[in-house]
Amino acid sequence: MADSFATLKASAAEMAAGSIDIERCRDDFPVLNRQVHGKPLAFLDNAASSQMPEQVMRAHTEYHSRYHANVHRGVHLLSQEATEAMEGSRETLRELVNARSTKEIIFTSGATDAINLVMQSWGRANIREGDEILISTMEHHSNIVPWRMLCDEKGAELKVIPVSDDGVLDMEAYASMITDRTRLVGIVHVSNTLGTINPVAEITRIAHERGVPVLVDGAQAVSHMKVDVQKIDCDFYVTSGHKMYGPTGIGILYGKQEHLEKMPPWRGGGDMILSVSFEEVLYNDLPYKFEAGTPNISGAIGMGKAAEYIMSVGYEAIHKKEQELLRYAVEQLQSIDGLRIIGTAPEKSSVVSFVIDGIHPHDIGTILDLEGVAVRTGHHCTQPLMERLGIVATTRASMAMYNRKEDIDQLVAALHKTIEMFR
Amino acid sequence: MIGMDDKLSQMYQQVLLDHNKTPRNNRVLDPADFQALGYNPLCGDKYKIFLNIDENNVVTDISFVGDGCAISKASASMMTTFVKGRHIDEIDKLFHQFHDMAQGKLDPETDQNDLGRLKIFYGVRNLPARVKCATLCWHTLHAALKGKEKVTTE
Repeated sequence: MADSFATLKASAAEMAAGSIDIERCRDDFPVLNRQVHGKPLAFLDNAASSQMPEQVMRAHTEYHSRYHANVHRGVHLLSQEATEAMEGSRETLRELVNARSTKEIIFTSGATDAINLVMQSWGRANIREGDEILISTMEHHSNIVPWRMLCDEKGAELKVIPVSDDGVLDMEAYASMITDRTRLVGIVHVSNTLGTINPVAEITRIAHERGVPVLVDGAQAVSHMKVDVQKIDCDFYVTSGHKMYGPTGIGILYGKQEHLEKMPPWRGGGDMILSVSFEEVLYNDLPYKFEAGTPNISGAIGMGKAAEYIMSVGYEAIHKKEQELLRYAVEQLQSIDGLRIIGTAPEKSSVVSFVIDGIHPHDIGTILDLEGVAVRTGHHCTQPLMERLGIVATTRASMAMYNRKEDIDQLVAALHKTIEMFR
Repeated sequence: MIGMDDKLSQMYQQVLLDHNKTPRNNRVLDPADFQALGYNPLCGDKYKIFLNIDENNVVTDISFVGDGCAISKASASMMTTFVKGRHIDEIDKLFHQFHDMAQGKLDPETDQNDLGRLKIFYGVRNLPARVKCATLCWHTLHAALKGKEKVTTE
């Protein structure tokens, strides 16, 4: 039975690291063959959203064309298949981040939604007046605004760990900022603006010495490096599907079971209950307690498929290739007169932010677009970080496993053209 | 799509060579009868517009300060030179025309308009992400005349 989704579940052999050759993975991403304004596309905006391989699209299509049905409800075959595919995906994602159990993997609409879940459920139950929440200067707005909202509601204080001029977290300051009032540390694993990789295991160890739980925002990490939530030992870890070759509108919250069990539900509705009367509601077990309403089933299946894809290429190959691209990009960009790289931490993912004297990043972005080069320009949803670094905006090139040196060459040539035009 | 690059590059060449590098009326006006702050949260572009009008509601002086991309700065610079000496009712009309042109709803070559040299900004209609750069200063001026102190393009 159920051969319709048998193809969704890769065999162990298919998922073995290296079974997809990274040098050929471009062929799996049809969009990379596109022309933009008559030029070949050099897609260097992967930190905003990475492209999807055909394997993910097929899983999505297959769900809709063969077994589209609601999950956890129907006794009919399609519903069973849909449930099995979605729960299979949860297991794949558990494996990806090495959680102890699928009870610790909650599907959300993305990393932002996952942080908001923790804020609304754990935060509102645990934060009181005078408490402190500690985050860093390099947080994305998604890991600032929910905590700002909670602090305003509770009369708590939001404290901020400083970063150095080159974009490194000040670990000494961090250790000294944890006080008896600190209730949570929220830290980005990899900075979306700078590429800085933060020592999240060390950060967690220091917080745990003082009994403070840690939330790690891993939206920019999972596509680049092996994340092991047990090794990090963080209490919460969040990430998004669309930044790891999966669909938009889906993400996960990993939470230690001990926390998730104690946390009150946030959203109420179907699927998160065992029984309902007007007088009393019995809530469902983990992970369903936090998944009210029909979930994003195709998204969840797609995200699982994307995780499979990453594991099939293998983190070792991904790391090697992306670091080579990073070195090449830095070297090439540094040779451009008047260009300054923003964020030069020793431990970086394949992200290069830069500014060019006298040319606003938005003008750079427009000219690059006309040359077929897709980059992100602006404050990258990290306004406080921009302010700290004394800049308004940057141009950011972010590389994924399928990028090539030719993409960097196209970027560099387009930058020369831009500078020429503005001179 | 053919020709779009040329038009855009023409727009860039003309405004960049001139108004971006040496913006006109780039100063604070003190005292000012009207002023407003315009902000585009998407790019961080921020401009303040100041203006004085006489008893006949004619703009006697106008200036701007702030920072942003070449398109927003050149647009602010050209706007100040264009509206000085005009009646505020006329400016209101120009605001709507400019706005429509930037969004591609008004073709400055075929539709009736008074945009003159501001037609160069017709090029932004093909760049949805940049339309707000060109219109920010006009929104700000419009808000200033309406007595609003702050405007955002979002």
